[in-house]
Amino acid sequence: MAKAILGKKLGMTQIFATDGKVTPVTVIEAGPCVVVQRKTEAHDGYEAIQVGFGQKRERLFTKAEKGHFAKANIKPMRYLREFRVESSEAFTLGQEIKADLFTIGDKVDVTGKSRGKGFAGVIKRHNFNRGAMSHGSMYHRRVGSLGATDPARVFKGRKMPGRMGGERVTIQGLTVAGVDIDRNLILVRGAIPGTRGGLVVVKDSVKASRK
Amino acid sequence: MNLIQEIERLQLKTDIPSFRPGDTVKVYAKIIEGSRERIQVFEGIVIARAGGGIGETFTVRKLSSGIGVERVFPLHSPNVDKIEVVKQGAVRRAKLFYLRGRLGKAATRVRERRRS
Repeated sequence: MAKAILGKKLGMTQIFATDGKVTPVTVIEAGPCVVVQRKTEAHDGYEAIQVGFGQKRERLFTKAEKGHFAKANIKPMRYLREFRVESSEAFTLGQEIKADLFTIGDKVDVTGKSRGKGFAGVIKRHNFNRGAMSHGSMYHRRVGSLGATDPARVFKGRKMPGRMGGERVTIQGLTVAGVDIDRNLILVRGAIPGTRGGLVVVKDSVKASRK
Repeated sequence: MNLIQEIERLQLKTDIPSFRPGDTVKVYAKIIEGSRERIQVFEGIVIARAGGGIGETFTVRKLSSGIGVERVFPLHSPNVDKIEVVKQGAVRRAKLFYLRGRLGKAATRVRERRRS
């Protein structure tokens, strides 16, 4: 079964190996998640489990949400996400998914919502180069040519300024550098998308498992 | 944030002597040559301490046959075996980069701090 867990990005730090080598790591508070609903081929047309994670104040839940959680006989949780599984039969409602799902050395994909950059220019957004800042140049950080005159229009997909960030991003093939089962922590080598405190999904690496 | 500090705390060394910029220290650095490991002593003046927590580093400067040599050590690295304070210096700033511009004797002269 594909392994997956919801977590909260806590921030970054570093760990020393015994030979003094430093590994930059992102700390993720992963789980405990609870299976809230099972989706089956017969009933829903596909096999999946719905899991909940995190807390929020009791009165912020709507009646409908409370009812949904009451069905599985668990406390309402902040986030609900679905994971496709081969067979949801393997899970029971209320079953906990914890950080011990992963061990050191595992390859994982981490999905999160990247930090919003606002309306960004073409240099920040599409890695364009800038023009000269001096020597009479008045062309500093502009877009440049939008294309030839002949088609008399701009082709679709032209890279231009606009909203950047705040979108779903997956970083693939990260290595698990540590797992703390008591504190529900997963340490992943390298950076992951999103702000501190943001929701992230840690899954088995798609590419590593294909080999 | 607290959980991160918690992770860092486990790795922090507890046996680091208190030393400041201006102090002369001996740093016992572990050097790995192939499979052999030995300890090399680097003695000089601490000219800066930077960062905090697990990522804190300090810079040691010495004159080696008239040529200034600086090394930056991660304070909590396992490769820093031991730090020994030889002399305490009395300086009035946190970063002693002005020592880089000095030659000869002046480059190593820092007033000694009276031990309290």
